[in-house]
Amino acid sequence: MNEQSLAIRKFSDLANPTRFLALSGAVWPWMAAATALFFAVGLYLCFATVGDYQQGETVRIMYVHVPAAWLSMMCYSVMAISALGTLVWRHPLADVSAKTAAPIGACFTFIALVTGSLWGKPMWGTWWVWDARLTSVFVLFLMYLGLIALNRAVDDPARAAKVGAILILVGFVNIPIIKFSVDWWNTLHQPASVIRLDGPAIDPEFLRPLLVMAIAFTLLFFTLHVLAMRNEILRRRVATLRRLAARSAGRGASGPATAGRGEGHP
Amino acid sequence: MRLVAEGLSAKRGEDLIFRDVSFDIGAGEALVVKGPNGSGKSTLLRVVADLLPRESGKIRLAGGETQGFDSVAGACHYLGHRNAMKRELTVEENLRFWKAFFGDSRGGTGVAIDEAADAVGLGGILHLPFGYLSAGQQRRMAMAKLLVAWRPVWILDEPTAALDASAEAMFAGLVKAHLSRGGLALAATHQPLGLGAVSELQMGGFAAIFAEAWV
Amino acid sequence: MRWRQSRFPRLAGRRCRQADEVRLRSYARAWKDVGMTALLLRDLKLSVRAGGGAMIGVLFFMTVVAVIPFGVGPDLNLLARIGPAILWIGALLAALLGLDRLFQAEREDGSLDLLLMQETPLVLTVLVKCLAHWLATGLPLVLASPLLSLFMNMDVSAIGATMLTLLVGTPAITFIGAAGAAIAVALPRGGLLVSILVLPLAIPVLIFGVSAVYAAIQEPAPFLPPFLFLTALTLVFAVIGPVAAAAALRASTD
Repeated sequence: MNEQSLAIRKFSDLANPTRFLALSGAVWPWMAAATALFFAVGLYLCFATVGDYQQGETVRIMYVHVPAAWLSMMCYSVMAISALGTLVWRHPLADVSAKTAAPIGACFTFIALVTGSLWGKPMWGTWWVWDARLTSVFVLFLMYLGLIALNRAVDDPARAAKVGAILILVGFVNIPIIKFSVDWWNTLHQPASVIRLDGPAIDPEFLRPLLVMAIAFTLLFFTLHVLAMRNEILRRRVATLRRLAARSAGRGASGPATAGRGEGHP
Repeated sequence: MRLVAEGLSAKRGEDLIFRDVSFDIGAGEALVVKGPNGSGKSTLLRVVADLLPRESGKIRLAGGETQGFDSVAGACHYLGHRNAMKRELTVEENLRFWKAFFGDSRGGTGVAIDEAADAVGLGGILHLPFGYLSAGQQRRMAMAKLLVAWRPVWILDEPTAALDASAEAMFAGLVKAHLSRGGLALAATHQPLGLGAVSELQMGGFAAIFAEAWV
Repeated sequence: MRWRQSRFPRLAGRRCRQADEVRLRSYARAWKDVGMTALLLRDLKLSVRAGGGAMIGVLFFMTVVAVIPFGVGPDLNLLARIGPAILWIGALLAALLGLDRLFQAEREDGSLDLLLMQETPLVLTVLVKCLAHWLATGLPLVLASPLLSLFMNMDVSAIGATMLTLLVGTPAITFIGAAGAAIAVALPRGGLLVSILVLPLAIPVLIFGVSAVYAAIQEPAPFLPPFLFLTALTLVFAVIGPVAAAAALRASTD
């Protein structure tokens, strides 16, 4: 066994489902507390700043809209990494991670769409404009829904994870292409203004609450993701136990031997 | 050439169907896999054909004449439950396609299409669409598919399930001829295949629930 | 903890130890041998025999285009303006229509197992199946488009540009659609799911195809950039599609 696979083995040791449950059980309350703290500070800052002289109070929608849109993309990246974990390392936790991230990502994308629409009404005078960025996010939303539909349609979780991972990666390769082509199609929107090489163009007064809210949303995502993964692991554990019960009922008193029920497992 | 399997285990869904299955088939030998329904005969055959992932263990070709093969599956013919023939095409078109698509492996050549049809006793109906044939005739034509291209290993999953006694005898003859050419056969079956003295592998059925990842 | 021990030997054995030259040799052999030609011819034959989907796609295309005037009204100027877009959308939907059967039919009769077992690289097999599918369903759409363009009151340059962009763009839909078809191959109601999965990915093809047509008929915009982007998309999808489809087919055997 060479060094590389030894390294992978150590990583796998850490990410064993049982160990993951123990670790995440200890960590998630702290994550939730941090999320609440950042949200409290962020929301206070949101309403403490004065409104934009052009946009008035509606500018505060930005503090929800921008972090949600950012998370919609980050969530897909998390899924793409998990998909690699499924296909390359064949790790069961990667399956769980990719599967549970999809609905959360869809929710954040939906929030980004709704807040974008609410923001658009006073800004553009209409609920929906086919501008490049909104359209890209809408396509991303459709891709999330497609992934969820696929996950629900395949009954065997192992196979669902594999084909889902392939679809996630195909989508990941395609997202830049879609983004580029939609930009080509319509370049009405103002250019991205938070991250630029020559420094942020946005007023620092808006930037501070925006960053705090972005951190809060990111923490919220990770908290929700960890909790969803815990649920999914428990759900699979219940399914396995039910299967065991069904098998042992069919086979009389002898009962089945659990394959390789390893040391250190409850 | 020998087909060697060491410590195979495989699962379907979360069920570990079998574990620690090992066998060694030499040239001219056949191994018959036996066991009740659901004991994992088909799963074992599909694992050997690399159609299902194996959980552990190794399958390899050993001995001489293994040079031309990149994979075990590439050295195998697989006759599954389904015939892998298109109903819309004629029997001849079906067989011609498989002959061209398979190509011959090293160490042998397949027979011509009409010879293969004669060998399964259905020489005169090559021009008919495959869908017009009866279930037994369709099965026999699927067997002719094994003859049109040479593969040293035949993997046969319930090959004679839809056949009458005479067709069974015919098929036993085909397998014997294959073995006498230095081929190998791995067959799963309920019924005796009429191959004479062959080694047998008894599948116990359902090994365990593959549980330790989650519980 | 057996799952983790069992994973690494496979990783090392299948991905690292297998020499690259073995793979290259099998690619070279695959091009030379007659198997791929046989597969192409078989799929073409199947698509024109009873139950084949070749003509259904064109019929669907014509029907979709024919109902548009009932929706938007028979104004010839309007139809001429939206004609290229209508033809492209119709072609996109029609190209997706038969895709779900691409691998499902092979799976149902057991042929897929045998396709997977060969030493021929599976990616090539998938590529050839895509080509056959495009020849049987995509090319007829391209050939039918001039006729439908006349219904849409389009002028000669628009007809030519639509036909050319469809010729270059529809293979991209087939390639990316093959990935969707392979992902949904084991599902009983896979057809609808294929469309849902593939349509968002096909948006760039639609955008550049339609942009190129409008660039050809409206003066200031240059035709070449969107057309070259469309060509590039087809080439990129010709790689992504078969690779993803092959991986999905391997993953969905049972």
